[in-house]
Amino acid sequence: MLDFSRSYFELFGMSAGFLVDIPELARRYRELQKVVHPDRFAAAGQATQRLSLQSATLVNEAYDTLKDPLKRAQYLLRLRGVELDAQHHTLNDPDFLMQQMALREALAEVLQATDARARLDALMQDIGNLIETQVARLAVQLEESGAEQLEAAVQSVQKMQFLNKLHAEAEALEADLEDAC
Amino acid sequence: MALLQIAEPGQSAAPHQHRLAAGIDLGTTNSLVATVRSGLAETLPDEQGRHILPSVVRYCATGVEVGEAARRAAAADPLNTVSSAKRLIGRGTADLKSLGRELPYEFVMIDSAVPRIRTIAGDVTPVEVSAEILRVLAQRAQETLGGELSGVVITVPAYFDDAQRQATRDAARLAGLHVFRLLNEPTAAAVAYGLDHAADGVHAIYDLGGGTFDISVLRLHKGVFEVMATGGDSALGGDDFDAAVAGWLLAEADLGSDADRGTLRHVLDQARAAKERLAQQETVGLEIDRRDAGLWRGTLTRKQLADLVDPLIRKTINTCRRVLRDAGVTIDEIEDIVMVGGSTRALRVREKVSEFFGQAPLVDIDPDRVVAIGAAIQADVLAGNNPDDEMLLLDVNPLSLGIETMGGLTERILPRNTALPAARAQEFTTFKDGQTAMSIHVVQGERELVADCRSLARFTLRDIPPMVAGAARIRVTFSVDADGLLRVEASELGSGVLARVEVKPSYGLTDGEITGMLKASIERAREDIDARRLVEEQVEAQRVIEALSAALACDADELLSAQERAVIDQALQALIATVDASQNAAEVETAVKRLESECEFYVERRMNSGIRKAMAGQRVDEITPRDDGQEAG
Repeated sequence: MLDFSRSYFELFGMSAGFLVDIPELARRYRELQKVVHPDRFAAAGQATQRLSLQSATLVNEAYDTLKDPLKRAQYLLRLRGVELDAQHHTLNDPDFLMQQMALREALAEVLQATDARARLDALMQDIGNLIETQVARLAVQLEESGAEQLEAAVQSVQKMQFLNKLHAEAEALEADLEDAC
Repeated sequence: MALLQIAEPGQSAAPHQHRLAAGIDLGTTNSLVATVRSGLAETLPDEQGRHILPSVVRYCATGVEVGEAARRAAAADPLNTVSSAKRLIGRGTADLKSLGRELPYEFVMIDSAVPRIRTIAGDVTPVEVSAEILRVLAQRAQETLGGELSGVVITVPAYFDDAQRQATRDAARLAGLHVFRLLNEPTAAAVAYGLDHAADGVHAIYDLGGGTFDISVLRLHKGVFEVMATGGDSALGGDDFDAAVAGWLLAEADLGSDADRGTLRHVLDQARAAKERLAQQETVGLEIDRRDAGLWRGTLTRKQLADLVDPLIRKTINTCRRVLRDAGVTIDEIEDIVMVGGSTRALRVREKVSEFFGQAPLVDIDPDRVVAIGAAIQADVLAGNNPDDEMLLLDVNPLSLGIETMGGLTERILPRNTALPAARAQEFTTFKDGQTAMSIHVVQGERELVADCRSLARFTLRDIPPMVAGAARIRVTFSVDADGLLRVEASELGSGVLARVEVKPSYGLTDGEITGMLKASIERAREDIDARRLVEEQVEAQRVIEALSAALACDADELLSAQERAVIDQALQALIATVDASQNAAEVETAVKRLESECEFYVERRMNSGIRKAMAGQRVDEITPRDDGQEAG
């Protein structure tokens, strides 16, 4: 078996942390796929092809995780032993939850507005800014090792989950608006 | 330069033997075959110098006609002449209603997921029709190149779903071809263009064929083609333009859609001809022979044509917009747009695409040939003829894969545009005490309701150990390989029991049906099925021998101890001896398996060493974190 026990960071030869040089990650991704991708083994036997398939799948999974801030943060928390399932962690921030409700309402009302497109653009900009804020916080929280920072990071990740979901819904609405015209 | 040069006893195969390989563009309307000769990729003509093979198959009492002759006979013999089989491949009986409007065949509904077309030579499936086309093209390549093909790359629309891909592979199997890879058509076009222009950056490929539309956005970086997002419609193409014009013609000429099949075909041919001529001229005159009602004369202008096809083009532009969003790029970041597919010859299509992207699209490679040429380049690389070639294609799955949950809703497991190969696991539990089986419905598509997605397969997990409700933890793993084909595995985590998975493809041929067709085609070719299997096993053995010999020559000294080397050498010689002496397929297969298991540790060592080397010299502390944006650079 390929050494699947190594962390995604080790696989890419990078130090584990929230700050990642994305262009460098992309470059290493391509280098790794050049070695393991099934197309490199099209003329090989079935056993070799199987191993190549497993390896290329692992490299894709690692890249997919590391390039995305939310997935990367979730992965780092998992490496530190935090299992992020909803039952154990509740989001304890009434202001944030109020803000979410307001954003959801605004999103629901977009379609009725005469200037739907402009409103949606502004809303998506707002959500994008809120995501950026969480990313900046995570960069600090995940650099520290204390229990308090870890809990704060868990809160930030949960907020990002909310925000990403909202952003995806806004994008779906944007697609509907564009298809309609 | 035959592939099957079984080595003499004691002589190992030459590691750098040139292998014959071909790229096949299996199109809705036309198909082509191409190959790389002396470093140059080119499509291959038939004896009359024609490169394009119309994707039309005519079944006669005496045999099968493929190509131009079949196409010409279509109007006279519509029931036995099958065209556009690609529109039907991988489709189910239920799909026929939405696709069947302009298909003049008699369908036979029997007890199978796959519809059959009734012909004078018997009932045929779209898979068999496609196999006939593949057979003719492979034959052409083998005659031109003077030897057996070691393998082929067949192109499919990027937006083909799992069932359509599986059916295409089945067709190749029936035609007796070894498929290196199914390659997405836009990616193939990018390869043909990329190697020509060597332009690093982000490119869009707009591919409008006879029956399918695809748009892909990809990044080219030093020979690596990384698809960022893809989208399309596997039932939208030039055929629909023709149908729109034909619908207009029928109305103008006072013909109902209940006109006889021959007339419908005549109108459709007129519509296609008019559309093609309008690429050169402003107006075309039309004549329809209405039999008893006499001749109808009329004209069609470019403006009228535009009005007829604009709604269809608008659908493609909406898809372009969505794919750009999925790729996370804006229009200004697109370096260029490559036009592929015969239907991009239509001026109105070029106009609308230019308008949307804000630049004129590239049309300098023949849009009919570009896909086959890209496939040939990829086939040549996969055959191992360019060991130093850096080219690599990284593709994505075009449609989200999910499963049905309570209330007929879709739960997405592998989202669209995930890089392939990919795998995702999902855990399920039982909802009744003592439950020992569970059924899972796999669907493909973007919609929330299962009913709006495409049903791929139903699985039943059996042999789950009886437990109280909710206690079982069943882990189901979905993996999609580099061809875009899905596999499912399941196990119960608590007990470690491997649940048995039964696959029932919703729209595919069963293994039994395929075997039956294989037998029939072999009987027709007067081949012996055992002989055929022996050849297949010998080819596989030869592949293993050559790959291993090449690997040993490259790094055995570095990775193996003398003792390990001796064990592998011995196993290798044993396989060579078996291949040489045995006339029994099962024996050869066993010998291959034995060698592969002896070498497993070595293969893993090579892979790990490759990874180490790729990451070597890149010291961890040299990397300075710069940003954490979502864009991959």
